[in-house]
Amino acid sequence: MTAPKTLYDKIWDAHVAHEADDGTCLLYIDRHLVHEVTSAQAFEGLRMTGRKVHAPDKTIAVPDHNVPTTQGREDPAQMTEESRIQVAALDTNAKEFGVHYYPVSDVRQGIVHIVGPEQGWTLPGMTVVCGDSHTATHGAFGALAHGIGTSEVEHVLATQTLIQQKSKNMKVEITGKLMPGVTAKDITMAVIGETGTGGGTGYVIEYCGSAIRDLSMEGRMTVCNMAIEGGARAGLIAPDETTYNYCKGRPHAPKGAQWDQAVAYWKTLFTDEGAHFDKVVTLKGEDIAPCVTWGTSPEDVLPITASVPAPESFEGGKVDAAKRALEYMGLEAGQKLTDIEIDTVFIGSCTNGRIEDMRAVAEIVKGKKIKDGIRAMIVPGSGLVRAQADEEGLSKIFEEAGFEWRLAGCSMCLAMNPDQLSENERCASTSNRNFEGRQGYKGRTHLVSPAMAAAAALTGRLTDVRDLI
Amino acid sequence: MEKFEKLQGVAAPMPLVNIDTDMIIPKVFLKSIKRTGFGANLFDEMRFNRDGTEIEDFVLNKPQYRDAEILVAGDNFGCGSSREHAPWAIADFGIKCVISTSFADIFFNNCFKNGILPIVLPQEQVDLLMADAEKGSNARMTVDLEAQEITTSEGDVVKFDVDAFKKHCLLNGLDDIGLTMEKKASIEAFEAQASASRPWV
Repeated sequence: MTAPKTLYDKIWDAHVAHEADDGTCLLYIDRHLVHEVTSAQAFEGLRMTGRKVHAPDKTIAVPDHNVPTTQGREDPAQMTEESRIQVAALDTNAKEFGVHYYPVSDVRQGIVHIVGPEQGWTLPGMTVVCGDSHTATHGAFGALAHGIGTSEVEHVLATQTLIQQKSKNMKVEITGKLMPGVTAKDITMAVIGETGTGGGTGYVIEYCGSAIRDLSMEGRMTVCNMAIEGGARAGLIAPDETTYNYCKGRPHAPKGAQWDQAVAYWKTLFTDEGAHFDKVVTLKGEDIAPCVTWGTSPEDVLPITASVPAPESFEGGKVDAAKRALEYMGLEAGQKLTDIEIDTVFIGSCTNGRIEDMRAVAEIVKGKKIKDGIRAMIVPGSGLVRAQADEEGLSKIFEEAGFEWRLAGCSMCLAMNPDQLSENERCASTSNRNFEGRQGYKGRTHLVSPAMAAAAALTGRLTDVRDLI
Repeated sequence: MEKFEKLQGVAAPMPLVNIDTDMIIPKVFLKSIKRTGFGANLFDEMRFNRDGTEIEDFVLNKPQYRDAEILVAGDNFGCGSSREHAPWAIADFGIKCVISTSFADIFFNNCFKNGILPIVLPQEQVDLLMADAEKGSNARMTVDLEAQEITTSEGDVVKFDVDAFKKHCLLNGLDDIGLTMEKKASIEAFEAQASASRPWV
C-alpha cells in the first residue's frame, strides 16, 4: 500500500514531468494566467530568442492592474502614457502569440483571479500560475496555484513547466462555525494574525475544517487569496459538491461524458487519512471576531473590539517595525480601534470583488446613507460581477447609499491606475495588503471584510459590523 | 544571466523586518516594459522625499553605503508581490547579494533568475554580519559562492547553504529556459499521458 498523501502531494505527483537526481522537478502547468504588468518583459524575451508560446490554449490574458474603473475608459486620455503602453503591449502580445484574451472592451474583462474561475479556466486538481502573488486564490478549487516572477512567466510561456522544489505541508483547520457578522475574510486575517506573515514560508497550506466546508466558493477564494500574505507558496481547499456546482456549466468547464470523468477524478482529491503535515494550526470558528489591521503588515491584525497595541508589547525586530507602523498610520498605542475615523472606503480586489462580497455590502447599506464626507467606492472584480450586481438591484442600493459604482479592475488595491489615496488619507479597504504606500503615497490602509467596510462607510469610523446587524 | 562567483564589497545594514516589495519598488515604477533602469527608484519612498531630494538618514544615501553591493536585512525580506521589478531594481542599483534570516518565497526565487544571491542564515549569524555592516565602508565583506562562505571584515567566516541546482546556474550564469528545453521529450511525454488521463484539461 502506498503511503497516505496530502491533497498537495497528490496534485504535485500528478504534474511532475521530470525529476532530477537532486529532487529538482519540472512541474507541468495546466493554466497560465497573464496580466499586463508582469508579462511584457517575458513576451519580449520570447521574441528576442525566437521562442513561441508552448501551449497558447492553456494561456489566458487579461489587463487588470492599470485599467481605469471610470465610465468612458476606452478614452486613452484616462490612462497615463506608461499605463497605455503596458496595456497596448498586452493587446499586441496576446494577438501575436495567439493566447486567449479578454481586452478592456470585453464584458468578461476583470481581475485575472476573478475571470479565471468565472470562465471555468480554473478547475480542481490543476496547476495554475500567474505573474501575480494572489494566484493563491485559485487554490479554493483544490488547484495548486501560486504566483511567479516574470522570468518564470517567460519559462512557462516557453515550456509550460516550472522548475520547482516541493514545499512542506501545513494544515490550517477552522473548526466549528462562524458567528454572525464574521466572514471568510476574517478567517484568513485571523490565521495570519496567528502565524505571522512569515509563518507559511516554505509551506503549502491546506485549509480544512467545518467552518471552511461551510463557505461558498467565493468565500473559499477569499481565504486562499491571502495565503500568500501568510508567506505560503499556495493555499488549498479540497474540492466538494460546492466546488463542482460552481464549476458546472462555466464556459471552459468540461461537458457531457468528460464532466463525469472529471468529477470522478476530482473526488480522489482529498488528503488521505493519516497523511503527514509538517505544521498544524487550529482555530475555533466561534473564536474568530470581525478583524481589522492597525499597522503596515497583514500580520498586524486584531479583533475590532481591541485597541492599538504598544510597540513594546512585541519582541525582537517587530518592536521597531511596530513603532514605524504607528507613526506611519498616525495612531497612538491604547487607542480603541472603533475610535479610528476614516476618510475613504474601498470595496473590491481579487480578495473581495466577487458577487457574494457585493451582496454582503448591500445587506448592510440597504436603505441607508454613507456618512457625509466619506469617499466610498465599490469596484466589481469583473464585468460579469458588475452585470450580475446590476441585475440583482445591488448597484441601485450602492448608488442610493452614496457609493461610486465602478467598472472592473484592480483599482485601489494597488493603486496603479488613477484610483489612489492621497497623503494621510485613511481607508477601510477590503483588499489584501496594508503596506506603506500600497494604496497611494503615504496612504493609510485598514484591511477589513466587505461587511466591515460597509459598516465603516455608514459611521465614518472603524465599526464592529455586529452592532449594525 | 550574469555569473555570480565571488563578491567583495560594502554591506549595507537594513535591520527592519518585513521589508516588502512595495518598499523595494513602489508600484508607480512598475509601468516600464523593460527590465532595466529600476535601480534609480530602489526603495524610492524610503530613499527620497516627494520633491526628489534624498532622505539623508536612509542607509543607501549615506556616503559610506552608496556603493553597497550586499544588503544585510531583517526577517522576511521581500514579502508581498511577485513583481520581479524588485530584484531588477536591486540588481540595477548594484546589489548582488542579500542576507537575512528569511525571505519571501517568490522574491527568493526571483533573485536567482537575476544573478542575485539571497542567503538565509540563523539570527545570531545575521546579527554578526549586521554588526559588521554597521561599521561602514571600511568593512568589506566577501561572499564566496563556490565555497559557500561569507568572510567579515574581521576575518570571521560564516558558512551558508544554497540549493545545488541554483548554485550551479548562478556560478555559470545559465538560462533556465535553455536547460528546460533540453528536457522537451519528457515534457511531451507528460503531455501525451495527461491528455489521455485528464482530457478536459
